[in-house]
Amino acid sequence: MAVEVILPKVDMDMSTGRISSWLVEEGATVKKGDLLFEIETDKAAMEIDSPAAGIVRNITGKEGIDIPVGQVVAWIYEEGEAVADAPASAPAETAAEAPAKAEAPAPVEAAAPVAAAPAATAEASSGVRASPLARRLAKEAGLDLSAIAGSGPKGRIVKADVEAAGKDGGAKAAVAAAPAEAASAAASAPQAMSDDQVLKLFEEGSYELIPHDSMRKTIARRLVEAKSTIPHFYLTLDCEIDALLALRKQLNDAAPKVKAGDGEKPAYKLSVNDMVIKAHAKALAMVPDANVSWTENAMVKHKNADVGVAVSIPGGLITPIVRRADEKTLSAISNEMKDLAARARSRKLKTEEFQGGNTAVSNLGMFGIKDFAAVINPPHATILAVGAGEQRAVVKDGEVKVATVMSVTLSTDHRAVDGALGAELLAAFKQVIENPMAMLV
Amino acid sequence: MDAQVETATRELSYAQAIQEAMAIAMERDERVFLMGEDIGVYGGAFQVTGDLVERFGPERVMDTPISELGGAGVAVGAAVTGMRPIFEFQFSDFATLAMEQIVNQAAKMRYMLGGAVSVPVVMRFPAGSGTGAAAQHSQSLEAWLGHVPGLKVIQPSTPHDVKGMLLAAIEDPDPVMIYEHKLLYKMKGEVPEGYYTVPIGKAAVRREGADLTIVATSIMVHKSLDAAKQLAEEGIDVEVIDLRSIRPMDRQTIIDSVCKTSRLMCVYEGVKTLGVGAEISAMIAESEAFDYLDAPVVRLGGAETPIPYNPELEKATVPQVDGIVKAARDLVTGAR
Repeated sequence: MAVEVILPKVDMDMSTGRISSWLVEEGATVKKGDLLFEIETDKAAMEIDSPAAGIVRNITGKEGIDIPVGQVVAWIYEEGEAVADAPASAPAETAAEAPAKAEAPAPVEAAAPVAAAPAATAEASSGVRASPLARRLAKEAGLDLSAIAGSGPKGRIVKADVEAAGKDGGAKAAVAAAPAEAASAAASAPQAMSDDQVLKLFEEGSYELIPHDSMRKTIARRLVEAKSTIPHFYLTLDCEIDALLALRKQLNDAAPKVKAGDGEKPAYKLSVNDMVIKAHAKALAMVPDANVSWTENAMVKHKNADVGVAVSIPGGLITPIVRRADEKTLSAISNEMKDLAARARSRKLKTEEFQGGNTAVSNLGMFGIKDFAAVINPPHATILAVGAGEQRAVVKDGEVKVATVMSVTLSTDHRAVDGALGAELLAAFKQVIENPMAMLV
Repeated sequence: MDAQVETATRELSYAQAIQEAMAIAMERDERVFLMGEDIGVYGGAFQVTGDLVERFGPERVMDTPISELGGAGVAVGAAVTGMRPIFEFQFSDFATLAMEQIVNQAAKMRYMLGGAVSVPVVMRFPAGSGTGAAAQHSQSLEAWLGHVPGLKVIQPSTPHDVKGMLLAAIEDPDPVMIYEHKLLYKMKGEVPEGYYTVPIGKAAVRREGADLTIVATSIMVHKSLDAAKQLAEEGIDVEVIDLRSIRPMDRQTIIDSVCKTSRLMCVYEGVKTLGVGAEISAMIAESEAFDYLDAPVVRLGGAETPIPYNPELEKATVPQVDGIVKAARDLVTGAR
C-alpha cells in the first residue's frame, strides 16, 4: 500500500505552508526518516522526513505555493508496487488551482480589471477536511479548524484532534472567528477594498508587487484579529531611569571576561531592554491578578512570568519568549535574549520558543520614539510599549530639574485586566525600574 | 421485556417458534388460517407448518395451487372480509409473482376505500442465501416491499422475536410481510410458552458499545454479534442494533446510538445499492445525529450480482464475520 506524504502542521497557528524545496526527486528510494522536503512555515524553516520506506512517486506538492495543511504532496510506494495514475483527486485539484493562485499577484494580471475571480480562491481554510462531529465540537469550543492537524485518513480532523487542540489551548486563535463574523454582518462594518480597487488607484508601472510571504500573512491576520476582538485600553507613565542607567554601567563595567575565539569578551553586556524585561516580569509577579489570559469560559491565571520580546527581523517581526524572567538574573536574561534574537533573525526559532507567554515588551526607544501604543499579542492580556530614554525637564519640589525619562505605555485587554489593576501593574513596573537594585535580589 | 405474559421458556428452533405462534393464533382466534404451497400434508418447503394440518384440518391449513398471485389474491380477499390469513411463500423470490396483490391491493385498499376496510393479512417469506438454492431462490428483496407505504415489513432474527412478532402481525389490522432468513430456521433460542407479542417497529439493542454502532438485519445480527465479540478482544466496543422492522423503522434507537458512538455501519444481506442500509445512512445524514458523526457511514451489503450457485462464491457475495470485523476495525481505527 502506498503511503501518503502530507504537508504536516509544524506550527500551532499554521493553516497552509510552502514547500521551499524538495530534497528528493521523483522515483528516489528513501528510508523511513530520510529528509523529503523543506517547509517554510509562518515563522520558521523546517525539514520534513519520510513517513515510510519506499519509492517517492507522484510529487504533487509544488515548491513555493501555499498548500493547505494535511494536503497530500507525494506518495511513498513499496518496491514493485504499481503506481496509480491518479492516487487521489485532491492533489490533482490543488495542483491545478495552486499555480493560478501563485500567478494572481503578477503585475500584468493586476492591471486588467478582471482579476476578481482568482482573488476569491485565495481563502483555503473553508476546504478543511473534518468530520461533522469535529466541526461541531470545534465550533462549540471556538477553535479554528484550519489550525488543527487532522489525524484521520487524508488528514481528516476527527473528534480526538479537536479535543487535543482544546487541551493545548493552541488553536484558540479562532476565538476571533465568531465576533469577526458578527461584525462583518453588521451593515455599518467597513468593507476592506479589494486588491483591484487598491491597484486601480495607482498608475500602471508606478509600483512593484511583492507577494506576501507566510510571515507577513500571519502578522496581518493576527493583528487584525487582536485589534478587532480585544478591547484595548492604554495607560502611560513616565519613568526616571538615571539610577537604572548608573546601575547598568556599574554592572557592565564589573562583567568578568570570558574567552571568546582568540581574545576575550565580557561575560555579559546588559541593555536597557534586558532590564525592562526583568522589571516587567517582576511587576507581574508583584501584581499576580494582572498576570492573566482571557478565555471565554475562565480567566487563565498564570503562575510564571513569561515575557515575550518583540524582535524586528527582515520582512517582519517575531516575539521570542523569556520564560520565568522574574526568576532569572539580568545576565541570564541578557544572554538568552541575544541568542533568541540572533536565531529569530535567521528564522531558526523553535515554535515553542515564540508561542505562548504571558505578556510582551515592545521597545522602539532605539529609534528615538517617545511614546507609542502596541497591539496586544493574544493570548497575552498586556503589552508594554517602551519609548526612548531622554533627558527631560522635570519639576520636583517646585524646582525644574533634568532627569532621564522613559515613557512606557501599557496596552491592556479590558476583558481580563481592568483600569485600576492595569494601573497597579504599571506602577509596580515604575517602582522596580526607578529602584533598580530591586532587580538584583 | 417484550413479552406481555411472563411464562416459562424453553429452547425452540426458529421454525418451531413460528409453528407455535401460528398454532396459538389459530387456537385463540378462529378467523386465523394458513395458506400456501405444500404447507399441508408435506408440512411446508422448510417444514415450518409441519403437522399443523393434522391438528387444525385442511380447512385451516390450506394447500394452494402453484400460483403465488392467485394465493395472495385469495389471502388479501379473505382479509378484507374479516379473516386473518397467513400466506406462506415457498421462497421470498416468488413475491415478484404476487406483486400486484401485495403492492396494488393489500397496501392500497384501506387508503382507496377511505378507511372502510383494512387488510389484516400476514405473508411469510423464506429469504436469503446460504442454502445453495442459486440465483432465483436466494434473494433478499425486503427493500422492495419496504418501499411501499401501507405495508409493514419485518425481519425477526431470533426464535423469541419471530414468535412474538408473528403474533403481533396477526393482531395487526394492516398487511404485515415477514422475511424469515432460511438459515435461521434451525437456529435455537429460548422462547416463552404461551401467547406474547413483540412490537412491530421497535429495534432492539443486542449489545451495548461505545465505539461503533452496527445496525444489522436478520441473520446479519448474529454475524455482527460474532464480529463484535472478536472486536472486543482488540478493544473495539461495538453496539449492535437488531433493526427487526424495516417499515416502520425505529429511527430514534439508531439516532440515539449514533449520537453516542459517533460511527455507523449498516450490515444487511440485500444488495447494497438502494438497500436497507442506504435508507438508514440517509436517515442518519438527515437527522440530528449528523453532527455527531466522526467518520463516514459505512454500508456492508450484498454484492451487485445474482447469488451464485457455487457455495464459496455464494458466501463471498454476502457479508461474513471476517468482513464485518475488518470493516469495523478500519472504521474505528481511522483507516477510512
